[in-house]
Formats: sequence, C-alpha cells, structure tokens
Amino acid sequence: MKRLSWFNITALTVGFAFLYLPILILMIYSFNGGRNVAIWAGFSTKWYGELFRDQAFLDAAWVTVKVALAASTFATVLGTMAALVLVRVGRFPGRTLFSGMIYAPLVMPEVITGLSLLLLFISLGVDRGVFTIILAHTTFAMCYVSVVVSSRLVTFDQSLEEAARDLGCSPVSAFRLVTLPIIAPAVISGWLLAFTLSLDDLVISSFTTGPSATTLPMEIYSSVRRGVSPKINALSTIMISIVALAVIGTSIAAKRAAVRAQRDEQAAARATG
Amino acid sequence: MAVPLFAPWNDPAQKPLIQFKNVTKRFGDFVAIDNQSLDIYTREFFALLGPSGCGKTTMMRMLAGFEQPSEGQILIGGQDMKGVPPNERPVNMMFQSYALFPHLSVYENIAFGLRRMGQPKDQIDARVEEMLRLTRLSKFARRKPHQISGGQRQRVALARSLARAPKLLLLDEPLGALDKKLREETQFELMDIQEKTGTTFVIVTHDQEEAMTVSSRIAVMDEGRIIQVATPSVIYEAPNSVYVADFIGDVTIIEGSVRSVGPVYDIDWAEGQPPLRAASPLALSVGQKCHIAIRPEKVEVHHSRPEDDNALQGRIIDVGYGGNLSTFNIRLANGKFLRAQSFNTERKTKQEFTWEDDVWVSWTDHCAVLLAE
Repeated sequence: MKRLSWFNITALTVGFAFLYLPILILMIYSFNGGRNVAIWAGFSTKWYGELFRDQAFLDAAWVTVKVALAASTFATVLGTMAALVLVRVGRFPGRTLFSGMIYAPLVMPEVITGLSLLLLFISLGVDRGVFTIILAHTTFAMCYVSVVVSSRLVTFDQSLEEAARDLGCSPVSAFRLVTLPIIAPAVISGWLLAFTLSLDDLVISSFTTGPSATTLPMEIYSSVRRGVSPKINALSTIMISIVALAVIGTSIAAKRAAVRAQRDEQAAARATG
Repeated sequence: MAVPLFAPWNDPAQKPLIQFKNVTKRFGDFVAIDNQSLDIYTREFFALLGPSGCGKTTMMRMLAGFEQPSEGQILIGGQDMKGVPPNERPVNMMFQSYALFPHLSVYENIAFGLRRMGQPKDQIDARVEEMLRLTRLSKFARRKPHQISGGQRQRVALARSLARAPKLLLLDEPLGALDKKLREETQFELMDIQEKTGTTFVIVTHDQEEAMTVSSRIAVMDEGRIIQVATPSVIYEAPNSVYVADFIGDVTIIEGSVRSVGPVYDIDWAEGQPPLRAASPLALSVGQKCHIAIRPEKVEVHHSRPEDDNALQGRIIDVGYGGNLSTFNIRLANGKFLRAQSFNTERKTKQEFTWEDDVWVSWTDHCAVLLAE
C-alpha cells in the first residue's frame, strides 16, 4: 500500500473536520450540565431526562414515525410499480412524458412542491393533518424509490421471469415468486431511503400540515426559534446514533454476505477443477 | 438383431407432434419468419441451425408461447396453440443463460415447476430426487446456483425443465456457455437423457458440429426461411443449396456451367482446363450456371497425375497440421483455391506434402455435389 503523504493527511483531516466537527460538538454539548448551549458546565445526562418528559417532543416523534412508516410504504409500492413500467414496457405513447414526470420531483424545489400540494388540498377541501402529510411525503419519496428500483431492474435477467412463466406461473405469481425476491434488496433500500427522507422533511410537512399534526423537524425548528435548548442536542444525538447504528449494521451485513458469496464461488471453482 | 431405423418423417402414417403451418412472424416491418411450414415428430432430437438473426430463436419462442405468430398456425399434439399462454403449454424450455432462480437452492429450482402443478409433497420429492439422479446432481441439492460450476448449472437447468415431464423440451443454445471439452461430453449426455426420457427435443444452435452430433434431423435456416430439413448425413453429403453446403462443414465451391448433361455432368469451370465431372440427380440444361461443392476430405492429393476423371494440377500454399488430419490449401492453375484434407493414419513426424509442393488433386464423380444456382 502507498504511504500517506503529509498532503494526504491534511486533506483527510480537513475533509473530515468539515463534515463531522459540527456533529461532534453537538453530541458533546448534549452532555453539558448547564443551560447555556455554548458554555461547558460539567458532564450530565439531565437533558436526556428532560427530553423524555417533554410531551410535545414525544407526540411529535410519534407523528413523525407514523408518517414515515406509512409514506415510505406507499411510496415503495407506487415507486416499484412505476419502475416496472418504465423498465419493462419498451415504448408506449407518452413514455418520455411519463418518465419525466416520475423524476421531476427530484429536481423540483421543495417549496414549490409543498405550496402546490397545499393549494391542491385547499381546493379539494381536505382537512389538513397527518393524512395530508403522508400523501405529500408519498408523492416526493416515490420518485427516489423508482430510481433505486429501476436501476436494479435494468440488470435483471428477463429470462428469469420467462422461466417462471414456462414452469407454470401466471404473470402475477411469476412476479411474486421470482422477480420480487430477487429485487428485494433494491426495494428495501428504496423503502429505507423514503423513510429517512420522510423522517427529516421540514419544508413539505410545514406546507401540508394542519393544526392537529406536528412532526419532529417542525417541533425542533419552532423550538429553536424560541431559543436553543440543550434538549435539542440530546434529541439530535439520539437520532444520529440510531442512523449511525443502522448504517454500520447494514454495511457489516453486506460485507459478510459478499465474503460468503466469494467463499462459495471459490468452493464451486474447486469442485469443478 | 437389427434395431429399426428411427425415421418417422418418412412414414406417412405418423402424426407430427409439432406443426408449423404457413407461419409468419413480423416485428414491426422486420419479417423474422417468412411463411414457413415445418413438421417435427415425437421423440425427435430436432435442431434449428443457422447464423444469428436467422429466426431460429423466434421459432423456438413461438413454440414456448413467448411470441405469437403474426400469421399462420402452430399445432402441438394436434392442438392449436393460438392464445395459449406459456404456463399452459405442454412445453418446457431450457434457457441460454440457464435462468436459474438465484434465491432458490438446486432442489427448489427443480421443484419449482412441480409446485405450480399442485402435486402433493411426497410426489414432488420423489420426482426431484429422480431428476437429481438423472443429472448426477444429488450431492448438490442444497447448494444455491452460484455455489456450483457452469457445467452443474447447465444440468440443473436441464433437470428443472424436464421435471414436469413435458411433451416437448426446447433447448436454446444449451451448451454455448461451456468450454469445448465439457461441451462434447455434455452432447452425449444430452442424447442419453433424451433417449432415456423419450422426450421430444428441439435445440436451437449456431454450432453446426453440435447440431450434427446430437440431432436426428436439422433445419438449416437463413433470413427467416428454412433452407433444408434433413438428417445430418443428408445435410452434409447432399446439401440442396450453396448456402447449406457452405454453412455446414468445410467446403470448396467451384462456379461453372453445364457442358453436357447426363447422369454424370461435364462442367466447364475454367478456360483451357478439362471439364469437371459430377454425378447428380438434378435436371440441368446445357449452358446453365451451376456450382460444384467438394468437401476437403473427399479430395486426394498425389505427387503425379492420377488416373481419375477430376484431376487438377496445383501448388500447396498453406498446410494446417491438426494432429489427426492435415488440411492443405491448394492453388489451382486458374488461381482459385481448393481445400484438401488427408488423415494422418500413420505415425510420421515428416509430412508427405509441404509448402510450395507442386501436386495433383483428384476426386471421383460421386464425391462432388452439383448445385443449381
């Protein structure tokens, strides 16, 4: 391996500091004993206790999880269906328009998406609340799911599905028994992506919510405007920890699977040789 | 005791298992199959042979039900297959890529088709065991497809497609992904399995050697049309066209015109050269353009002028030593090239003929094939 030069070390340090210093400071100060977020006053976990006694935060967290679960599930179903049509059905009138419209929310400013949804809900006379947030999140998350799933479907060997048909499957059971299990990793990562996007969305939620529903990002944002409380640090630390654990967990699982696959292939090669 | 010759295509009382009746298949403006009819009989090992894009795969996909004919009719066992989806046909297919389900074990792959038939579990188990034994895969039943070798995958694909005991098995380039040695072994294994199970096989291949080895009959295809349907030996020794003669095996084609007719024709082929003689059942008239096709192994090479009718002088330009036989590329007096082959039946390290030798070549009247233009 090439040795690290001074330049490389410096570049690495600056890069990492840029990315992670703010988060590190936030996490350290979540254990601050004092009320002022900028002055260290000894180690304490009292803000974590405070956080779990704050009903507004707990309610908001519950709403956020409900919205994220529902929206990411709907988005996954719709996004997978859209990906199937885009990849499988070769040419049909309006295909370009259709694919353009699926991917438009990727580049659409959130403010515009949020505002347009708000106007739609008002004109339809829908009561705004958890339900409208779920609809809005489904709308913008499904295009991400569709991108992830269609990139997997492009490399999917179509003859697998034909083989299933040949062996007695109807089109629906061929999808259920063969295609879906094989593309499952992509569908799951699409779901996770949709879930995280929904979890930290502030702009679209603010536009489409009503008085009855407040999500965690909205609660944090409004409480920060009243003055930064160390509770927010504690909450952020918890959220970062959960995300970090999930990411580390999945990457370890993926690595193990790759190692196992490689070992299997070597065993197969030996069996032949 | 003489084994009766298997030739149902010569028996008018036999009903074909598969009938293509004036089938045309178009993809947009492109005509993939152009008004073709073909009969294939029970227990045949039938090969569809041709270069890529000749329509052989389309023929197979129409049998499997993945494509519908634009015009005409396909019958399997006398039943019109129009509108019958792939899962309701008495046909199974072995895919070129094998299309093994990567998320299922070898056992589950083979059982997949049986499960769809709703058979009871013990019956499925028995059938899968039987298939595993037939394809010598019992040891690998619990493995996933990526845990076995290419040759084993090929056998899993075969076992899976045979498990439902189809009337007809379609094989799409089944040996294309295997290396040469394994391919030759597997060819005989396929023939053996075909005989044991009594299933009708239709194989699609671009490899003429493979088609010759395994099949009872071959259909040579080109640009959506079937050029000739016959047994391998007829295809090789009595091709009906320059295309077939050229596609199958090694051949030298000499252009000429008829000088005199008869059971043995005299053919003018070059200025100032004696005519070539070829026996043919064709009815050609004097002056008609024609081709003579000569297989290299039918050509004899001599040091001095032989007594035969078709004796030509030439010079050896290239020698290809292949161990069991040597191939010579010989330039004739008119500048045309002729290929000749001789078997190295004796152990000699010094070759009898070599580069730049002036030689005579000859063949008998019956060895050359006369083809109309």
